[in-house]
Amino acid sequence: MTFIPKPRIDHPNLPRNALGLTRRDYEGALSTLCAGCGHDSITAAIVEACWDLALRPETVVKLSGIGCSSKTTAYFVSRGHGFNAVHGRMPSIATGANAANRHLHYIGVSGDGDTLSIGLGQFCHAIRRNLNMLYIIENNGVYGLTKGQFSASADVGSKAKKGETNLQPPIDPVLLALTLGASFVARSFSGDKRQLVPLIQAGLRHKGFALIDVLSPCVTFNDHEGSTKSYAYTREHYEVAVHADFIPAEREIAVEYSAGEALPVTMHDGSRIVLRKLAEDYDPTDRIAAMAAIQEHMRAGEYLTGLLYFEPSNREFHDICGTTDVPLNSVPYEQLSPGKAGLEKLLARYR
Amino acid sequence: MNVSPPATSPGINDFVIKIATVNGTGSASANALLMKAIFRSGVPVVGKNYFPSNIQGLPTWYEIRVTRDGYAARSGTVDIMVAMNVETYARDVAEVAPGGYLIYDSTWPRPALLSRNDLTVIGVPLARLVNESFEGVRTRILMKNICYAGVLAALLDLDVECVRQLLAETYGRRPALLDSNMKAFALGYDYTRQHFSCPLPLHVEKMDATRGRIMIDGNTAAALGCLYAGATVAAWYPITPSTSLMDAFKSLCDRTRVDPQTGRRNFAFIQAEDELAAIGIVIGAAWNGARAFTATSGPGVSLMTEFLGLAYYAEVPAVVFDIQRVGPSTGMPTRTQQGDILACAYASHGDTRHVCLYPANPEECFYMAVQAFDLADRLQTPVLVLSDLDIGMNDWMCRELEWDDSYRPDRGKILGPEELDRIEKFYRYLDVDGDGIPYRTIPGVHPKGAYFTRGSGHTQYGAYTEDPVEYQIVADRLLKKWDTAKRLVPRAIIDATADSDIGIVTIGSGDGAVREALDALRRQGVRLDYMRVRAFPFSEDVERFLAAHRLVFVVEQNRDAQFRTLLTLETSVEKSKLRSILHYNGLPISSGFIVESVLAELGAPAGSRAASPALSAVRGDKVPKAGEG
Repeated sequence: MTFIPKPRIDHPNLPRNALGLTRRDYEGALSTLCAGCGHDSITAAIVEACWDLALRPETVVKLSGIGCSSKTTAYFVSRGHGFNAVHGRMPSIATGANAANRHLHYIGVSGDGDTLSIGLGQFCHAIRRNLNMLYIIENNGVYGLTKGQFSASADVGSKAKKGETNLQPPIDPVLLALTLGASFVARSFSGDKRQLVPLIQAGLRHKGFALIDVLSPCVTFNDHEGSTKSYAYTREHYEVAVHADFIPAEREIAVEYSAGEALPVTMHDGSRIVLRKLAEDYDPTDRIAAMAAIQEHMRAGEYLTGLLYFEPSNREFHDICGTTDVPLNSVPYEQLSPGKAGLEKLLARYR
Repeated sequence: MNVSPPATSPGINDFVIKIATVNGTGSASANALLMKAIFRSGVPVVGKNYFPSNIQGLPTWYEIRVTRDGYAARSGTVDIMVAMNVETYARDVAEVAPGGYLIYDSTWPRPALLSRNDLTVIGVPLARLVNESFEGVRTRILMKNICYAGVLAALLDLDVECVRQLLAETYGRRPALLDSNMKAFALGYDYTRQHFSCPLPLHVEKMDATRGRIMIDGNTAAALGCLYAGATVAAWYPITPSTSLMDAFKSLCDRTRVDPQTGRRNFAFIQAEDELAAIGIVIGAAWNGARAFTATSGPGVSLMTEFLGLAYYAEVPAVVFDIQRVGPSTGMPTRTQQGDILACAYASHGDTRHVCLYPANPEECFYMAVQAFDLADRLQTPVLVLSDLDIGMNDWMCRELEWDDSYRPDRGKILGPEELDRIEKFYRYLDVDGDGIPYRTIPGVHPKGAYFTRGSGHTQYGAYTEDPVEYQIVADRLLKKWDTAKRLVPRAIIDATADSDIGIVTIGSGDGAVREALDALRRQGVRLDYMRVRAFPFSEDVERFLAAHRLVFVVEQNRDAQFRTLLTLETSVEKSKLRSILHYNGLPISSGFIVESVLAELGAPAGSRAASPALSAVRGDKVPKAGEG
């Protein structure tokens, strides 16, 4: 792979957001992933979400580990800061970065190998800390860069390109996150931009850890007959349980929803998520019921998608740490050092 | 066990007390009380705690060396044994030097074990005294310790008023506890004065040699350094013997960094899920502009190596305290060693070298902690501070720590918003100044400051690369930065006043023992030049010292001569002229061991005046007259 700068040709009439920036201002380097890769669609959805929310690009922090998915942080918001960490350890980099400055937008992009195998521990603990970040798993059930090994999210019975059948049960990040107390848990499909963009926006504005597990077929190693993470299989077996529209605080609700059909939930900053239940039996505010429904559908071989669980008010990482509002990287030194006089006092007990 | 004859005979203000107890019984406070009482009498003192990796019930020892000469190491002998642990009684008794003293709890007679007739045996019915005066099993166990402190206070002629003052400082807010402690102390003190001739010939006489000194452990001192360096993010995974550094930092921050009005904190204290995450958090925070650190020990360093390689290559500052313990593997978690010298210097796969600092005592832990943050920021690289259990967890007598209020952190080459406004374009890995150190930016500050951080191949402009030329430009520039580091790290401390052609070199906690050994050797007519290396990469003075001596002893506390290996790899010294003196049984190295090893190498048995050719060569014309020096 080589670095390919994207040629910039801006049409003068490109739509501009509140900052006067076009979508092109939120793009990154040219993707070097395979043509048709689901990950590129997710990248496009992130660009769209960030542009529409009018995030200042330099306040976007893009974090990833190792793998195809982790490369994608170079493909969006090139005016933001990226950190491509070591395999499976993006959550700890995210924790430290967030500890240093709580006011930036943290977007973590990882894969099923990066998150569910080598990085499983870090993933779980980032959830436990309720780190204020958006964590996207680009989930394709396969190791692409090393040419087609099963990942920990491969379903039992799913076939590899070389013909092997996976016999080990999968780890489902959505169910796992729910058991760990995650406050924002969603699943989506790279081929459903209409569902994905508002989920990303809501996840970015959510105060706390927002997980979106995005089924994202690998066109090269896992898009064949017998795979349960192919485009064909996913399109056929995915069912939207709850559609979430995201309305930023600064925007008026343009459409009136009739009661019963839609449930508007106000977020910490005044933004609203309007949930529309599409599955009769589904309640996205009841963790236990959500888990039961997700598992019922799994048994039937279906992926339930949408904003599957949401808890608007919760204690995020900095609330737990009790940190000040001023980013820790900007607290003046004078406030950090007790000085000569302070040392005199601190040493009293050692004399 | 290496026991060698002491350089001088024990005497007033010059002897070693060893207290054998069972861990979890509260003996630590009694031992600390004794140490502090001697220290407050103006007499220099060394305390070493030999404790098990266990919560309750295993043998533990505390050694107090009273040293009028102000030495900082173990002498390797025991003059007074307080044998409170039945389980270890036999070996404790055997350890006392001839002519020494044995104090035991005579509530239950132990005639079979009192087999040495070259000791003075002092039996005090500690359990009986305490049981007659206190109720409750736990209280009795605790008070028995304070009771033996009373016995020692009588025998050593400690100032009772000073002990009372110390107890008041500890229990001032809990008068009932103060009363019971004083009562238990008096039980031991009075009984001893009534039944034995006090004080012993070995006792404490007031001096004025601790003025301007403090008693502090290295982990607390390092934590103070982190506080004063302005560190705001601390992440760690608990591991002995580093935990107390983090505990101390937390407690210092709780005292000085919490807004009294809002209760909000100017620090984040993060207990990570493991060391892999701890170092990741530090790197993430430092990348984002905060001063961040972690503390760990050998097993943690092993886990951190992958991330340390990333921080080296992606040029992210990080400060890591490695409080070394005995390895390999789990090793002996509560015993000391310098076993991570190579692991830290070269942590990670690929071409990687890390800046390491080697403090010798708590005082240096404080200053080097501050220096570590400045160096990490200035060089944009991890800095590892290699302390050890002996420095970290034992109380050392040090000069009072000092602070200059004009200090401001050296944050290195960071471009702020104004600078970014002025420049055309920012390139993260470009050597603008020719010193191998590029400029960096802090996320969120300015649109022009954006860059991509990665552990994969990158060009000097910050872009991904697999291009051989582009890769090598950055790799070579990192080497140039390494050369710059040589000029910035603390220099070695060299004492060449012996003007000898034989040198002795050490790092870290070996310093105290070597200095004392040098005095002892000088008394025997052997004079050596001394160098203590304080940092890696080695500065030019290290190279010069090695070149200037025909034979150099390298004293270190590991089996494989790791420091010697590092010297041979990273300087041009001939391997054959470096002679190792290795101590690696888990106890801090003693001065006696060094004296013995040097004399053995030079061909004379300890204490003998029969000089070998090698020894004559060292003595040569420079031999001082007897009694000189």
